[in-house]
Formats: sequence, structure tokens, C-alpha cells
Amino acid sequence: MSGRVLVGVKRVIDYAVKIRVKPDNSGVVTDGVKHSMNPFCEIAVEEAVKLKEKKLIKEVVAVSCGPQQSQETIRTALAMGADRGIHVEVSGKDYETLGPLQVSKILAALAKKEDAQLIILGKQAIDDDCNQTGQMTAALLDWPQGTFASEVSMDGAQVKVVREIDGGLETIKINTPAVLTADLRLNTPRYATLPNIMKAKKKKIANVKPADLGVDLTSRLEVLRVDEPPQRQAGMKVETVEDLVEKLRDTGMV
Amino acid sequence: MRQTCRDYADRELAPIAGKLDKEHVYPAKQIKELGAMGVMAIEVPEELGGAGMDYLAYSLAMEEISRGCASTGVVVSVNNSLYIGPVLKFGSEEQKKEWITPFTTGEKVGCFALSEPGNGSDAGAASTTARQEGEEWVLNGTKAWITNSWDASATVVFATTDKKLKHKGISAFLIPMPHPGLSLGKKEDKLGIKASSTANIILEDCRIPLNNMLGPRGAGFKIAMQTLDSGRIGIAAQALGIAQASLDCAADYAHKRTAFGAPIGKLQAIQFKLADMAVAIESARLLTWKAALLRDAKKPFTKEAAMAKLSASEAATFCSHQAIQILGGMGYVADMPAERHYRDARITEIYEGTSEIQRLVIAGQIMKEYRL
Repeated sequence: MSGRVLVGVKRVIDYAVKIRVKPDNSGVVTDGVKHSMNPFCEIAVEEAVKLKEKKLIKEVVAVSCGPQQSQETIRTALAMGADRGIHVEVSGKDYETLGPLQVSKILAALAKKEDAQLIILGKQAIDDDCNQTGQMTAALLDWPQGTFASEVSMDGAQVKVVREIDGGLETIKINTPAVLTADLRLNTPRYATLPNIMKAKKKKIANVKPADLGVDLTSRLEVLRVDEPPQRQAGMKVETVEDLVEKLRDTGMV
Repeated sequence: MRQTCRDYADRELAPIAGKLDKEHVYPAKQIKELGAMGVMAIEVPEELGGAGMDYLAYSLAMEEISRGCASTGVVVSVNNSLYIGPVLKFGSEEQKKEWITPFTTGEKVGCFALSEPGNGSDAGAASTTARQEGEEWVLNGTKAWITNSWDASATVVFATTDKKLKHKGISAFLIPMPHPGLSLGKKEDKLGIKASSTANIILEDCRIPLNNMLGPRGAGFKIAMQTLDSGRIGIAAQALGIAQASLDCAADYAHKRTAFGAPIGKLQAIQFKLADMAVAIESARLLTWKAALLRDAKKPFTKEAAMAKLSASEAATFCSHQAIQILGGMGYVADMPAERHYRDARITEIYEGTSEIQRLVIAGQIMKEYRL
């Protein structure tokens, strides 16, 4: 087993930013807006670094697909303890239409190239909420998957994953190589220490083009229009439970 | 690095700052977390347990931390500049290992005991004494207004070994806390920075080994002045954090509060205030960074550090005052942080050299430049 873990880190608009739709409704405003690492990706990095600290795996490689600025996201992963980074350069129109299908193809190609034992991703990104990349990557590689992980433990070549599902918690055991996706309660990501931030400057980030990996970036999806959610309307008050049931029926809600 | 400190301040400090202020609680958990990040010993080399970074990094970290919580900021500043600072600069290798390394993790913090009930600005008039008795120094006297005193595990103390030599008779000493002969006065009930402890340190025949002297005998005044030069950059950064937090609060409110049919941020009166606040902060920030960069380049920085501390502290009081004005009645109640920023800001014009002393320091440097 190579002991190598690939961790995907996505650069997204920071969770605290007030999102604004572009005047032409083609998307949201990203220029000059604060971006950070997707919170679920932070959890994924933290889990990978913890596995390395427990000496269960040997190397953590942070991967990001995007424009030049994605390198900052990789640097954050390096400051948290990843060993090296891979920046898959995707910019311009290609970046605007980049989605889980293309990213999973890229990650699958990199996993083969790097002989990865594990791929750990966030369960979803907070910008598109797709929750697809982990699952698609596993399918492309024909690897087992442990998604929505709230607990991960390694036992030799097997991984035990406790998954958060609708009914509660499900525990599965899967063989490596495998894909895991991190859910909220998997861990609490560490703040990078100042010395590690300095050390991260010396760690290597390799540049790769999707074409080098044989990946076609054409999107199968076309975004027609982006709108703000409808403005919240004022509610109405009723006197009795009977009134409430009547109103619900009248407005077609029940 | 700045982003990491800002994220920490936004997520871990800002949400509890009001509570820490109201309950006068020392942020022990947060100080340990900051220690783990390397923030409690930014300039200390890695071999001694620090982050091995420079004073520009320290200024950035201090501003971001203080923007979240000014009390936490002063604890960080005193530990970095006033306690570790002089030991790093004037201590022997053994002293550095003993008195710095345990103070890099946030588990232990230190303090700086120069002021006395009888003298603050007039540091040369120190009346705390140290006499040699065999293999020990015996210290007697009272130090006043000592930040971190109730939470500290060690202090740098300035005492005179020879009153006749006036300021040249002052020496610096290191005393562990607690220690026989060292006791603490009551915690001061301050207007602001309430989560940090401030009290008298009382020395009554306090005995310490001879090699607890820091630096050469008689060098105490010089050590204090040089330490304060650097400390001023840290406090300037703390004041910037308070000023910036005030501007953030005011700008956000101006955007949301409507009057006369529109957000008040559309009114010129409010806009002029926001502009004046932003200019005050940006100019003080640049002075602070310049002082830090000069110090990092090992060039003279006394004048610039005094200018930074003077302008940043006056920016903090100005911005927090205007923030309350912009918030109106809401600025006067604890529901909004503006009133806490106002109270926290006030001390920055007083400690680590009053604004009056800063002006004297700056004038002194100007006189030298013009050979007056």
C-alpha cells in the first residue's frame, strides 16, 4: 500500500459573504469577493493529517482544480500539514463550467498516477451543494466509497466508516483503495500554526493541465439563469387551530 | 498568517468578547490555543519554542486578535513584547531556556513590572530596591498597574540597586510567580480590557538567586526603555484592532439603519465620519508597519514606534467615539460592541507610555535630527 492520500480542496466564496447575483443573471458576483477553502474540505484535510500523525498513512497530497488563486487554497492545506500540492490549472470559461463530473475525472486520473490509497473529499461544496464528486470519483475508479463520514478508522488495508444517514448512523467496512467524503462532525479542523504557515512556503505545488491527464473539460450542463431566492413575504396570524387548518386548505398547502 | 489570525479572532474571540468583558474572565483556553498557534511568542526563534517570525508579522497578528477581543490582545502583547522581549534581547542562553520556552505555549504568561504607585511616566524615579545578601538579591517595594499579574507565572521587575546613581542605578530582575515575598494587590476594576488582570505586585524581602538579574547591573532603565520601544508597536497594533472593529461596527450599522427614508450611510454627515475614521486607521496602520519594518531591518525605530503608538491610540479613541455617535442610542448599550470598544480604547492612550510621553519622545528625536 502506497500510504498516499489525495485530499481535494475547493476554493469557494467564503461562508460569511453576502452573495449577490450578477445583474445579467448569469451567475453570482465573484470579483473582489472573499474566498476560502470549502469548510468540508478543511475537515477532509484535517482527517488526512490526523491519519498521518497516527502513522496510518505516509503522505498527504492536496489537490485543487481552478485558476491561479486555487494555489492559495492548496497553501492553506499545506499549512495544516499536507506534504505537497497539485494544482490542476482550469481557468476562464472552462472554470465557469467546471463541475463534479470533470473534477471526478481529474481526481480519478491523479489517483492512478499517484498510486493513491485513499481519496478524502468534503461531502459537498458550499457553493453548488452538489454532493457528487466523491461518489462519481469512486464509480470512475470502481473503488468502494464511504460517504458522509462522521468517524473513520483504519485497520490495515480496510477502513471502517461510520456514516451519517437519515435514520441515524451506519457503520461499514471497505477495502482500500477507497474514496471517503467528510461530513460536519468528522473532526474540528485545526488552525494552522504560524511556524507551519512559514514551512508551507517551502513545500512543493506541482502544476498540471487537465489535457495532460487526458480529461475533457466539456460540460454536459448549461446554466440558463441564476436568480435570487424570492423575497420572504410577511406571514399571517390566525386565532384558532381550526382557522389554521382552514387557511392551509384554502391556500392549497394541505 | 493574517487570515489565520483573523479567522481565529472572528470565530473564537469576537463571539465571547462581550461575555469576557462583562464577567472579567481571563481567556485561559484561548490563550492556550493562541500559544499552540505560535502567537504567544511570535519573534522567539523556533529552537526556543516560538514562531520564528518578525515584528511585521507580530503587528498583523496583534491587530487581528485585538479586533476580536482587546483584552486578549493585551495579554498577547504583554507576553510577547514586555515579558519575552527583554529576556530575548538581554538574557543569557540559560535564562532564555528557563524564562522563555515555557512561556511560548500559552500555558504560562509573563508580566512587566516597571510602574509604581509613585511613578509611571517618571520611570527613572523607581523606588523599589534590590540589595545583595550573600547569594541572593532581596527586593522590596510595590509595583502598580501590572497587566497579567493575577494570571502570570513570572515577571520582569525593575528595581534600584543604588539610589544615588538615579536612573543608572536601576537593574532588571526575573521573579517566578508565585514566590515567597511576592504578593498581589487587589484586581483593579477597570473601565475596559476587563478580561485581563491588572494589580499591584508587592515585594517584601523577596529573595531571588543572583543569576536572576537580567542584563548587566545598572542597565535596567535602558532595558526598560528599549523594551517599551518595541512594546509600543504591539500596543499600536492593539489600538488599530479596536479602531478597525469600531469602524466595522459603525459601517455595518450605517448600512442597515434607516432614517428619513434611507439607510443612514447615505447621509453625508455619516459618510464624513466613516471617511475620517478610515483615514485615521490607515495612517496609523502604515506608521505601525513602518516602525515594525525598521525594527526588523535593525534600523533605529524609536521615533516611528512612538508615532505609531500615538496615532493608533488616538485613532482608537476617535473611531470608537464616532462609532457610538453613528449608532446613536444603540451605541450606548451593551447589545452592540461599540460601547465596549469605547471603554477598551481609552487605556491605549495611557499605558506603555502616555500620549504626552510619546510626544516628548518624538520631539526628542526631532531635536536630534535638526541638531537643536
